[in-house]
Amino acid sequence: MSEYPVSDDENGSEDFVEDLAPLNLPLDAWHREQGGRMVEFAGYMMPVQYEGIMAEHLWTRESAGLFDVSHMGQLEVSGEGAAEALEALLPGDISALKAGRQRYSLLLDENGGILDDLMVTNRGGEYYVVVNGATKWDDIAHLREYLPDEITLNHLDEHALLALQGPKAADAFSRLGLEPAFPGMPRLEELKFMQSAPFFWEGRPLGVSRSGYTGEDGFEISVRAEDVAALADALVAQDEVKPIGLGARDSLRLEAGLPLYGHDLSPETDPVAAGLTFAISKRRKAEGGFLGADKVLPMLAQGTPRSRVGLVVEGRMAAREGAKVFREDQEVGVVTSGGFSPSLQQPIAMAYIDAELAAEGTSLTIEMRGKKLDCKVVPMPFVPHRYHR
Amino acid sequence: MTRYFSEDHEWIEVEGDLGTVGITDYAQGQLGDITFVDLPAEGASVGKGDSVSVVDSVKAASDVYTPVSGTIAEVNAALADAPELVNTEAETGGWLFRVTLSDTAEIGALMDEAAYKSYVDSL
Repeated sequence: MSEYPVSDDENGSEDFVEDLAPLNLPLDAWHREQGGRMVEFAGYMMPVQYEGIMAEHLWTRESAGLFDVSHMGQLEVSGEGAAEALEALLPGDISALKAGRQRYSLLLDENGGILDDLMVTNRGGEYYVVVNGATKWDDIAHLREYLPDEITLNHLDEHALLALQGPKAADAFSRLGLEPAFPGMPRLEELKFMQSAPFFWEGRPLGVSRSGYTGEDGFEISVRAEDVAALADALVAQDEVKPIGLGARDSLRLEAGLPLYGHDLSPETDPVAAGLTFAISKRRKAEGGFLGADKVLPMLAQGTPRSRVGLVVEGRMAAREGAKVFREDQEVGVVTSGGFSPSLQQPIAMAYIDAELAAEGTSLTIEMRGKKLDCKVVPMPFVPHRYHR
Repeated sequence: MTRYFSEDHEWIEVEGDLGTVGITDYAQGQLGDITFVDLPAEGASVGKGDSVSVVDSVKAASDVYTPVSGTIAEVNAALADAPELVNTEAETGGWLFRVTLSDTAEIGALMDEAAYKSYVDSL
């Protein structure tokens, strides 16, 4: 037996991390004690699974899963004019982002290609930015090159990042008794999707946002590296919570229709083809003024030749990244993510296909190992989002 | 009947010139939840080391190589509806295919159970 190249990383620059020995995250020993099977991912040793991807996936959908995403880059952008400086690089309306609010955005290059996708949060004048693990060093270099000198960029590399995801995440997390860091700040239960606030947990500072990468309600928790094992222990001590590995993280985000950088997004893809135009705020569409705007704004008006779509595949054979998509005998696209959906019990995929074939219900085939698999274009998410709005 | 093992984590049980092939319990544990098994065509001629089957897990697809040359005599039809048998009964009910050996001497190159166990322990 030999495994095909694993397609679970978000590694857009594999050559870059390949030569370096993998680093250990603050929870390395904790994962091993929990029975995690450790693999190299984005330059770190990380748990791909504990009891099994299927069980972990379904547990997260019905209860709550704890994910260690400390490989991701946590950055802080501060200084007079930080919002305007970020707006030169991101297509989001950062100036209008209120304190305690989070927004999905994109780092674009001068051609409108996607360098990374990220979350930006207004922490009361400072902007907290979470970027992908495999791209974080390139992102930091890009930000340093383009941000003006008076803007400070901090890499919060002494912080870990946990995600607690699932319909019972709020019940389990609220039992820990977090206290708002300042009077007048929201309580944990008051946070809504894409809101964020600072807390203390037994005197330890936590930055919490109500967001995630599974399509479920849940939280992302920035915590000092020295506190993360205690927090992880306290969370998995709750009956609702089990640790979940990268394997289920990938199948959960695929069902949620959320693109994975390095696979569904890359410098060769743009926000319009990727179906991420919601990340380009109305004012920015009108005014432009971000890197790549002169390429992206015409695409918004005219469309792009390709579109990212969701496909449900007949039978049980999974379509994998790189598989070609056909309309009758004509090659019309390529699969960028694919696998067996544990929730739907059938194979699903994301693909970039000719835009004129992107309408719901279009019948296509995918070539896998010499076979043609029938599939249909469906709207994403494959599994409905259940955010706490 | 004797059971032999390959370094690619296939097992084969040979009776006369008929071999039953599956993946080992160790292999299924490494692959995780199996969602689909792509089986060879009955009657197909196969050469030792050929990739004749693919086992799909949630995470990835893995080739299965035939440890002997011959002709595919039968495939495990139960796997079409219950691919998870490869997880739960890897070395019994989760067998993949039966092959009529064209050269029974090929089994001499395979490991016995004790040798396979120490091979796995060394990984």
